[in-house]
Amino acid sequence: MSADLNVVGQSVARSDGIGHVTGRTQFFGDRTFPGMLHLKMVRSPLHHARIRGVDLSKAERVSGFVRALTWKDVPHNLYTILGLIGVEPEEEYVLAEDRVRFRGEAIIAIVAETEAAAHEAVSKVRLDLEELPAVFDVEEALLPGAPIVTSWGNNTFMYEGHPCRRVRLGDVDAAFERADHIVEGVYNTSPIEQAPLETTGCIAVPEANGRFTVYTNTQALYFSLDNTAIILQVPGNRLHFVGGTVGGGFGGKVDVIVEPIATLAAMLTNRPVRFAYSRSEEMQVSSTRSAWRIYIKDGISRDGHILARKVTSYADSGAYSRQTPYALTKHAANAAGPYAIPNVSIDAYCVFTNRQPASAMRGFGVTMASFALEVQMDRIAERVGLDPWTIRFINAYHDGDIKPHRKLAEDATLIETMQAAAALVGRELPDDLRAMTSAPRGAGHDGGRD
Amino acid sequence: MARLRGTGIAAVNYPTGMNLGGDPSQALIHATTSGSFVVSLSATDLGQGLRTVIGQIAAETLGVEFGEIVIDTADTDTGPHDMGTFASRATHRVGNAVIAAALEARRALLDVASEELEAAVDDLEIDGHGNLMVKGAPSRSVRVADIAALAQFKYGRTISGRGSYMKAKSPVDPETGAMDPDSTEAHACTVAEVEVDTETGEVTVLSIKSAYEVGRQVNPALVAGQIAGGAWMGMSHALYETTAPYYPAPDHSPRDFSEYLMPGTLEMPEIESVVLEMPSSNGPYGVKGIGEMTANSPIPAIVNAIYHATGVRIDDLPVTPEKILRGLEARQPGPA
Amino acid sequence: MASTIVTFELGGREVEVMVRPMTTLQAVLRNQLGFTATKDGCRQGGCGSCTVLVDGEPMLSCLLPVEDVAGRRVTTLESITPAEGLHPVQRAFLDANALQCGYCTPGMVMVSTALLDHQPAPTGDDIRQALTGNICRCTGYRPIVTAVHDAAAAMRANAGEQAR
Repeated sequence: MSADLNVVGQSVARSDGIGHVTGRTQFFGDRTFPGMLHLKMVRSPLHHARIRGVDLSKAERVSGFVRALTWKDVPHNLYTILGLIGVEPEEEYVLAEDRVRFRGEAIIAIVAETEAAAHEAVSKVRLDLEELPAVFDVEEALLPGAPIVTSWGNNTFMYEGHPCRRVRLGDVDAAFERADHIVEGVYNTSPIEQAPLETTGCIAVPEANGRFTVYTNTQALYFSLDNTAIILQVPGNRLHFVGGTVGGGFGGKVDVIVEPIATLAAMLTNRPVRFAYSRSEEMQVSSTRSAWRIYIKDGISRDGHILARKVTSYADSGAYSRQTPYALTKHAANAAGPYAIPNVSIDAYCVFTNRQPASAMRGFGVTMASFALEVQMDRIAERVGLDPWTIRFINAYHDGDIKPHRKLAEDATLIETMQAAAALVGRELPDDLRAMTSAPRGAGHDGGRD
Repeated sequence: MARLRGTGIAAVNYPTGMNLGGDPSQALIHATTSGSFVVSLSATDLGQGLRTVIGQIAAETLGVEFGEIVIDTADTDTGPHDMGTFASRATHRVGNAVIAAALEARRALLDVASEELEAAVDDLEIDGHGNLMVKGAPSRSVRVADIAALAQFKYGRTISGRGSYMKAKSPVDPETGAMDPDSTEAHACTVAEVEVDTETGEVTVLSIKSAYEVGRQVNPALVAGQIAGGAWMGMSHALYETTAPYYPAPDHSPRDFSEYLMPGTLEMPEIESVVLEMPSSNGPYGVKGIGEMTANSPIPAIVNAIYHATGVRIDDLPVTPEKILRGLEARQPGPA
Repeated sequence: MASTIVTFELGGREVEVMVRPMTTLQAVLRNQLGFTATKDGCRQGGCGSCTVLVDGEPMLSCLLPVEDVAGRRVTTLESITPAEGLHPVQRAFLDANALQCGYCTPGMVMVSTALLDHQPAPTGDDIRQALTGNICRCTGYRPIVTAVHDAAAAMRANAGEQAR
């Protein structure tokens, strides 16, 4: 098939390579506009607090101060970015109203003639905050009496009446009874910063025809435009988003976190406004990969087949949803791994704490599941006395196997991929493993499972 | 005190597409009078080389040279809707949309050529180098550029195409989780070799060797770039990175690159990879996608290798020298 | 505080800028002079994307008050790109696929050209050491080290030919 192709399959030189090595590639921050203003954010120094008052008087007297934006200036301040795909409720604030839920939450946007003036004005804003108890652990947040982060009375995202995304196939409890071995593990993973070398940012520019052009490094141009239109309560055709060249994304530039407020500032000052995250904002405020705590309980047969797998996962979404509710569903679709397991139970919780919000990051919902599952597989191998290759081969899924979410497996190539890896490192596989394929299982083959 | 070596493996799948689907991408293609083709998109290139890969797919489908393709992205005034670059969706969705648009443009080109050359459309082919000819009669060949100019000025027609690709959005059963979450699965298997210094707890990753199955490599050099960059990022996740070093305590969160640790040029392991291509039924030329998954199998392979080397099983990331030393201590307590 | 005038050499020509105190060379290059090849990844001296050469030595322009380059020779990525074609380091980066998003590339190229000016035949260790101040989030560094090695070989071959 490859022989028929002319250019697909060729290592053609990158079309943007010359731009990158000469520095001609234009990132959003390489643009500048006459009269451009700079937006810097006043952020909560506390993890959880009631806002009793804000005093802007000293900030307003800073030379170069232009204006401050508060939540009252934002037409649709309470929103959720996934509202566009039907996720509810709206629970995050462009600018905080009476409460802050994480250290770093945005409260007041300061717009000034220079970055230095904006920084100085930010430092002169006086916040009157009453500290509230805060919760930081993904399971402590679910205990009775834990401080409640959300507006709906508990610290989980609700999935159609359930506090978690559920997957159920077969009967894990009955299978555990039959199993020869029970193998359990608890896996904890740390929040990770995407840390692209270019920080998140945009420049919103008023145009001659009354529209606004937003130069942005978002990973999702229309997603950002549509959310901005909702937050600013303007028709989408008043907005013109330009981007497409991103200095690293890794999921860190899908939160629509700078465009709405920068565009609003441009509307209210009638001048271009630049809002770019500093590196410390990117580190401490911008969303991260969530922390995960994953409990796995497996029932294994004497010959090493996984009869049942029960997974209970907790993702620390931080103070707001962002994309995390979506991630738990994706996680649930992958949390049993690429293995043929006839009895599976998955409970995947999206939990809110008073932390820096979590959101998309490379491998969203899956990377840390793969970590937990693959360490667990080695645990199983050791328990039953099989080597790590064999345990994976005999449990690997085939085309036509039913996955825990009841989709039939297709394009299953785990077996062939493992064979290739073994060959690459010079690992001799026994004949039966070398002969395996991902082809649908033949009639009469039950693989020792039930 | 010793330097102990160990080997670990991990095998993973990775799904293609925004979970549950409902994530369309559109493409518009038009020919210029000089025979180049502008592909209008709103997709974003994050550095992985999407512009190049999409250009290759467009060129292949149209039958012209890569150099004749102009990728015009991303501007919402000129580019049609695109959901965004995330969830390993871009090459798959945008690629399919571009194929549909290119086929329509190609058909328009062949229709004009068929009139001009007085041959049936089915008897025409484009050779991949911008030459349009009657099959089996290379002497009856014209340049695509010439047909494009003729179309505009002699026939008054556009040479253009539209394409959209979407996996229909799947519902999720709230009780059973029954759903159709993805378009296809790519796979990886990594073998990692580490050396652990039992005095300092430091881990040196000696090698990360992987097999990937990605359906189709549009550009093997760019795929290799993802594999190598992802192996590094996986090593970084496994051994260094955290914004909450003492989770759940919120203290000591890094503020800058001096506090947020990532390995550098002095920590580079040997990286080797082999790529299999078992085309998916629904990807452009069988593409599955690779953008996110390349850190996934290295992480547990490294952690499993550490166990093999030391007998210390660490279940929480990142693996730090402190965790290794405590683990070694627990296995063999020192003098009281 | 009052602004001052700072004069320095940039890309072979003398430039004169009026600046407030403690304006960095990075800010002057990017915001006042419009030379945006020098990047802006952290402003904390942590990533190396702002690297320029001052009298041939790599310096982090985000930490350098522009007053400190008064009378000195500053070289940026714009200055090393020749009128025709590419500098051998630039060519080697392309050929080795030593870039993805491109944001670290200017800093990497500047450090590499300085290294090769001082050490035409660096070892792999020399190259890796020289690049320790530059962060890349995309490539995993291997192709960058390869590119510098290849550029060194190409430059030595050129020099050898010219010597004949």
